[in-house]
Amino acid sequence: MTSFLAFVDAMHEFAIASSVLDAVRTEVRLRPGMRVSKIGVRIGDLAGLDPDALSFCFEALTKETDLESVVLEIERKPRRHRCSRCANEFVVVNYETSCPDCGEESTAFLSGDELQLAFLEMEDI
Amino acid sequence: MTQIPLERKILSENDRVAGELRARFAAHGILCLNLVSSPGAGKTSLLERTLEAFAPSQRVAVLTGDIQTDNDAVRLARFGFPARQITTGGTCHLDARMIEKAISDWNLEDLDVLLIENVGNLVCPSSYDLGEAAKIVVLSVTEGEDKPLKYPAMFFRSELLILNKIDLLPYVPFSIVQARENAQKVHPGMEIIEISCLTGEGLPNWQGWLENRIASTLRITIAT
Repeated sequence: MTSFLAFVDAMHEFAIASSVLDAVRTEVRLRPGMRVSKIGVRIGDLAGLDPDALSFCFEALTKETDLESVVLEIERKPRRHRCSRCANEFVVVNYETSCPDCGEESTAFLSGDELQLAFLEMEDI
Repeated sequence: MTQIPLERKILSENDRVAGELRARFAAHGILCLNLVSSPGAGKTSLLERTLEAFAPSQRVAVLTGDIQTDNDAVRLARFGFPARQITTGGTCHLDARMIEKAISDWNLEDLDVLLIENVGNLVCPSSYDLGEAAKIVVLSVTEGEDKPLKYPAMFFRSELLILNKIDLLPYVPFSIVQARENAQKVHPGMEIIEISCLTGEGLPNWQGWLENRIASTLRITIAT
């Protein structure tokens, strides 16, 4: 019951973990004779995803399957902006989007909403 | 051991289908909008007020997502425009495939506007592109002005913020100024419209926004 409730709280991460596994199984089919040991994903701070919940869902979905031993490596990516005046590129902390160097308020979003499959580590069976 | 770089979006399959939908909407000059909010913020009420203001000759259709019921489609069908329920059966968001399936027997030639009401949820729908021209997030004043900070993905990805239920402002500790500031922190330059679906206050601003978007969608189609 506890795990069921955790799933309900983490429906989003459940769906994303399923999509990760779909992509991984596609890659595995393309490479007969190899098995996956690690999956690398990249999650931006603005992606709306909780990394712990993602790990939890990933473990639950792979448990007692051929992917049970696969390690999920999550790389967090911060929100980055570029200043429209001095071109400084900086990490946005606590929603402070003004340029920390020159104080300019007008800055452009660069990255931080990633929801990406970065890499797979595979080894011969 | 071999490391295989993948470097692609986790939801690339959804994005592919959404891209196809977007191309079809563009080819037919259809403005598609994706309404998102937490449950009870007033998406269905906003759609009711929007549909009742349209002339019967307007070529509008509505898709409405719900986990279990078809209550919203029943509410929205009263206005005489096509309204179809997408019951997700537990899934907490709509995805591009559900939209593709739901419109599969509609003739897109007959449409100028497609309004999609997503499942009430401020998290999951932010990740799923439905082929829309814009996401619109509805926030009601009974929810708390810190919602943009708590759910930044949704507010970041939405073009317009509609602050609903402003008729309740005298009765709830909600700071419109703070809500606007929080939205701007997450999404600098975000457009914001204040409305009350109950009293009708502010609705002309929303209708003006919508008419502008419909007109510019048609202009782009005619030009291309």
